[in-house]
Amino acid sequence: MASDAPAPVLKSGVLRWIDDRLPIVSWGYKEFVAYPAPKNLNYFWNFGSLAGICLLLQIMTGIVLAMHYTPHTSMAFESVEHIMRDVNFGWLLRYAHANGASMFFIVVYIHIFRGLYYGSYKAPRELLWMLGVVILLLMMATAFMGYVLPWGQMSFWGATVITNLFSAIPLVGESIVTWLWGGFAVDNPTLNRFFSLHYLMPFVIVAVVFLHILALHQFGSNNPVGIEVSKKDKIPFHPYYTVKDLFGLMVFLLVFGGFVFYAPNMLGHPDNYIPADPLVTPPHIVPEWYFLPFYAILRSITFDIFWIIPAKLGGVLAMFGAIAVLFVLPWLDTSKVRSARFRPVYKWLFWLLVIDSFILGYVGSQPPEGLLPTIGLIATIYYFAHFLVILPLLGKLERPLPLPESIGSPVLRGGMTAQAAE
Amino acid sequence: MAQISAEKGHSDGATRRDFLDLVAWSTVAVGAGALAWPLVDSMNPAADVLAMSTAEVDISQVPVGSGVTVKWRGKPVFLRHRTEAEIEEARAVDVSDLRDPQTDDARVVKPEWLVIVGICTHLGCVPLGNKPSEQRGEFGGYFCPCHGSHYDTSGRIRRGPAPTNLAVPEYEFTSDTVVRIG
Amino acid sequence: MRKITHRLAALALLLGAAAGPAMAAGDAPAPIDKSWPHEGMFGTYDRAALQRGFQVYQSVCQGCHGLDYIAFRNLEALGYDAEEVKAIAAQYTVVDGPDDQGEMFERPGRPSDRKPAPYPNDAAAAAANGGKAPPDLSLITKARVSGEDYVYSLLVGYEEAPAGFEVSEGGYYNKYFPGHVIAMPPPLYPEGVTYDDGTTASVEQMAADVTQFLAWAAEPKLEARKQTGLKVMLFLIVAAGLLYAYKRRIWSRIH
Repeated sequence: MASDAPAPVLKSGVLRWIDDRLPIVSWGYKEFVAYPAPKNLNYFWNFGSLAGICLLLQIMTGIVLAMHYTPHTSMAFESVEHIMRDVNFGWLLRYAHANGASMFFIVVYIHIFRGLYYGSYKAPRELLWMLGVVILLLMMATAFMGYVLPWGQMSFWGATVITNLFSAIPLVGESIVTWLWGGFAVDNPTLNRFFSLHYLMPFVIVAVVFLHILALHQFGSNNPVGIEVSKKDKIPFHPYYTVKDLFGLMVFLLVFGGFVFYAPNMLGHPDNYIPADPLVTPPHIVPEWYFLPFYAILRSITFDIFWIIPAKLGGVLAMFGAIAVLFVLPWLDTSKVRSARFRPVYKWLFWLLVIDSFILGYVGSQPPEGLLPTIGLIATIYYFAHFLVILPLLGKLERPLPLPESIGSPVLRGGMTAQAAE
Repeated sequence: MAQISAEKGHSDGATRRDFLDLVAWSTVAVGAGALAWPLVDSMNPAADVLAMSTAEVDISQVPVGSGVTVKWRGKPVFLRHRTEAEIEEARAVDVSDLRDPQTDDARVVKPEWLVIVGICTHLGCVPLGNKPSEQRGEFGGYFCPCHGSHYDTSGRIRRGPAPTNLAVPEYEFTSDTVVRIG
Repeated sequence: MRKITHRLAALALLLGAAAGPAMAAGDAPAPIDKSWPHEGMFGTYDRAALQRGFQVYQSVCQGCHGLDYIAFRNLEALGYDAEEVKAIAAQYTVVDGPDDQGEMFERPGRPSDRKPAPYPNDAAAAAANGGKAPPDLSLITKARVSGEDYVYSLLVGYEEAPAGFEVSEGGYYNKYFPGHVIAMPPPLYPEGVTYDDGTTASVEQMAADVTQFLAWAAEPKLEARKQTGLKVMLFLIVAAGLLYAYKRRIWSRIH
């Protein structure tokens, strides 16, 4: 627990004076310097702080880009080209921001799957996990609105397709869409408000990230073994994890730099270098790669469900349901054992879910032709089955391997204990 | 402490306080709602956007079998000069078979002119087929290239993911050759 | 366990089956995979090719296709000096104004001007070209899948339509254009341009030159990007190595 951490010894009188009245110094010291972390965290635990750094990088590049960008339909595309061609280091800022969004999602997706593998969402860390899902939702909204700003063809048509999802809501859907647009189509009012919200949302994310960290430090980090960690197996965050995270950051920046400097448009869509045209629909509208699995789930429902829910609403519900199901995951997984290391069957099912996500991503990237809609539907059903059917049953049926006494000892409970005691 | 016991002892003092409690908080809630509404409503279409909501179109130059596309409220509107065969085809359809049952008569003012909003009811793409050179789908009307919805010569959904027929905007013939949309 | 492996195999099979029709869907052949001097980690633009490409653009493309985001001053990047850029700019007529009478007037271009567009607006461009405005070329290599390879392939891809293929009126058969019917007439003919540097102007030569020029127009900061990238990557490699060593030392207290 965070309160286990020792208070700092403040040598400076000024600092002590401030800290007596406003304890930010000792708070920061407790949470980010002395914070006792399990000593057995592997490199997958780097992705949490990495995600935080991604957020900061996006905010920094974004604020500067906003000084050069013009949120008007007649000038947005041109102002982006102005950034790319005329602003000092504008190309770097824009490529870093555009690819930074992709990097942020890669990091966060790894962070999420790490949580899934090691059961980090289980009691008592349910709220920590749920706050993470909130962050994911906010990130998606932010990224979606950011993609509209360059006002290219994919910006415009992506915005049209996604905002139209709300028209599936019975009765008030159309009015909501008109309200979202501020007109009768995606147009200047839409672009303007998306810019405003795209600027606002990252700061909301920062606030939720603080809650996420607060919840994390309440019970401390989970670890690869997934059992409670005794005090003697914990080490202070600084210098052990600061230096490990810094090393991880350099490796991450090498990957990031590879995209920014050598393949800056690989993750984007060529159509977004064509200015938006409301009268010409691109032949094949695809969202950014990080939305593809959800897009596949949206498109997989092409039939009315139980004759009550029309196909369109069904698709929208399934897409939002794919995230909503994560909120209740801590209660769906009935197994008491956290880490997949000790869950022989779950370990396999985890990788199946990973493969399933990749299949959904692939289906989402292709035109809905031939076998693909069927595969998309099967993958969608499997996705939901994993959470809603398999996990609740598995907790009851699976026999976990014996857990070690502590993360420090290789000693296992049961037969092994006696042997080791000799 | 003394106050509480005094109120406890006073039987209708408690109800009066509950009532006041309710009224006070309700007033605050109404005030908060009244404050929020201008913020929310400001995001609805502005007066200048609404002012652009009618369009007049001269249709005298559109040959039979072809169509013209005009922009209305930022959306494309298809005005299609239908051939006799297309009108017949639209009328021959058994309405009960349709996903969104509507007769052709209910969708046109003059049978030779089909006026519809050229936005696919699935996810808002612009269907092809208003010009004879474009792909018209399996029912001779319109085809949406995004997710493959097919519409017939009355703009009704026949196959694909779209839930409803292509919308018919409000319009009237102000003369034989001029249509006012909106 | 065996069930799961079966399942994996079935999914893999499904995925493989799905890839088939998806690939068959594009009816145009994959563009010619040409190697470009500006490709790769250290690739830079070939200045002579850029200048020749600009010449092709000037004599063949600019009548119909704009280059909206290019100003004359940008042409210094092709290797022209300030005087040459001034002279190039002066060849163009630019509309300026209003003057003190409130009238717009024409004057010769200056280096700070953007290259004037061929048509006053998109509608005029569409009207003059059979209903479809020719696209602006400033970003064309970034706005098409396969980029430079596609642009090059398209320029050399005009041929006789195969027997039985009907080319609609006002269209031309192009092997690499999606749907094969393109409204742009074949722009390049052998010796269609007389190069200042004496290079023989074959269709392939002109297509390659103008493609490189357009690649530059779409990504003028490519060289700065790669140079900066090299420094950043070297720094990061050194920093990662140092931090790894430092991390090992700090963690040795625990292991």
